[in-house]
Amino acid sequence: MCGIVGLFLKKDALRPKLGDMLTDMLITMTDRGPDSAGIAIYGDEQGKLKITVQSDTPESDFAGLEGALAAAIGAPVTIRVVDTHAVLTLPLEAEAAALAFLEDRKLRVMGVGESMEIFKEVGLPKDVAERFGLRAMGGSHGIGHTRMATESAVTTLGAHPFSTASDQCLVHNGSLSNHNDMRRKLAKKGIHTKTENDTEVGAAYISSRIAEGATLGQALEGTLKDLDGFFTFVTGTKNGFGVVRDPIACKPAVMAETEDYVAFASEYRAFADLPGIEGARVWEPEPATVYFWER
Amino acid sequence: MPTTLDMATTELREVNTTLQAAAKAQVNEPYVIVNPRGSHAMACGLDGPLNVTVKGSTGYYTAGMNKEASITVEGSAGPGVAENMMSGTVTILGDASQYAGATGHGGLLNIKGNASSRCGISMKGIDIVVHGNIGHMSAFMAQRGNLVVLGDAGDALGDSLYEARLFVRGTVKSLGADCIEKEMRAEHIAILKELLERAGADAKPEEFKRYGSARTLYNFHIDNAASY
Repeated sequence: MCGIVGLFLKKDALRPKLGDMLTDMLITMTDRGPDSAGIAIYGDEQGKLKITVQSDTPESDFAGLEGALAAAIGAPVTIRVVDTHAVLTLPLEAEAAALAFLEDRKLRVMGVGESMEIFKEVGLPKDVAERFGLRAMGGSHGIGHTRMATESAVTTLGAHPFSTASDQCLVHNGSLSNHNDMRRKLAKKGIHTKTENDTEVGAAYISSRIAEGATLGQALEGTLKDLDGFFTFVTGTKNGFGVVRDPIACKPAVMAETEDYVAFASEYRAFADLPGIEGARVWEPEPATVYFWER
Repeated sequence: MPTTLDMATTELREVNTTLQAAAKAQVNEPYVIVNPRGSHAMACGLDGPLNVTVKGSTGYYTAGMNKEASITVEGSAGPGVAENMMSGTVTILGDASQYAGATGHGGLLNIKGNASSRCGISMKGIDIVVHGNIGHMSAFMAQRGNLVVLGDAGDALGDSLYEARLFVRGTVKSLGADCIEKEMRAEHIAILKELLERAGADAKPEEFKRYGSARTLYNFHIDNAASY
């Protein structure tokens, strides 16, 4: 079991409240996934690249990091430290050099993008949310996950969301049964995953299909054919999010839509505090069907 | 005046304990539950006549194991609504999630919206009326009772069916193993007419097709091995 939540705002006026709304949804899903929690939040584009990194020893690893990175890439860098994570902001063209530098420093890259920031840690969702100050975060859309581990260890890197390409991330409820086979197939194409986790393979599969020229919709359709197992996937992109469930669809999913937002959750409970939910259109996404909400 | 229980201030366990005691007392009082907030196991295990109205949507296993009580959800219900119902009536004004009415022995489950996958799986005598559509694998291994669908049915309807009767007004995406269309005789029209009336459904029995078991999988036969 795991819990998934997603929120896509249709009105800019709600943007400052995105973190607050998502945090309530995430905490409600604690009993579906009490061992780790994570969130991907989108919307604060400044025409620059944001790299979210994580360290178990943030005080020493993040001290002076922006200066060293700026020197390495020859461009200005700003840093925003958020508990065990730090968001580094730098020019878009410096991506490759910056990632090489961060790998040398043995920092864990959670995600890269113009819009996306990812925060995930081991612990109860309410504690994770508090550590990162999720309530105060604004944005246009976000997805979150509460984890009850099945396929790999309870670690920060095993928490969701998984990001395997710029501004793309994936959260998953279920378990993939052919992830080892798919991991080997992806490795032959030069795509290497960082963990033993099944969901990371799902994320890498989707990114690899997109890198080969598929649209996000085609890549999500591909999961139905190429991934075996149980899944409800929610994938975040720069412009919105997509939802797909496996054909058996035993993992729950419910959606709600009002004039102000589109919300996704594993259970209706997560919607209980959303404004105007009483009048929302509430429905269950069909199995083996790809849905998108994009701006 | 109905008794109102507010789940914004009352724990689920207290609400269910109150309802269960009231049902046992056989006094058939009306109860209204407000702010259900998608709670699990809402109004489950009621064992006696009681009229319960839930003002909003509920989560897993609403009205499970119901006996004699009449429960209405004025919203949508999560997975496993009215699971193993024995008797009484459960009405869902919105949609029901997967395995609605699973293993039900009796009573009426009346879903005004759609039901998703595995509706009526292993039903054992319950009557289920769905005013909208149902999802895939519905009535899988259904043994007794009636499943009435005013809309369409998904893939593999009635797979490995025993003696439950399936009535569908719309299209059936595909039939499961050993499920076939059967002749609609006068006795079936009569059963369906009564069920549609009880469910307040605006449909004529003659508009439906009946599906049932071909009875070829009852006993193992090596030629059928691929169908199991």
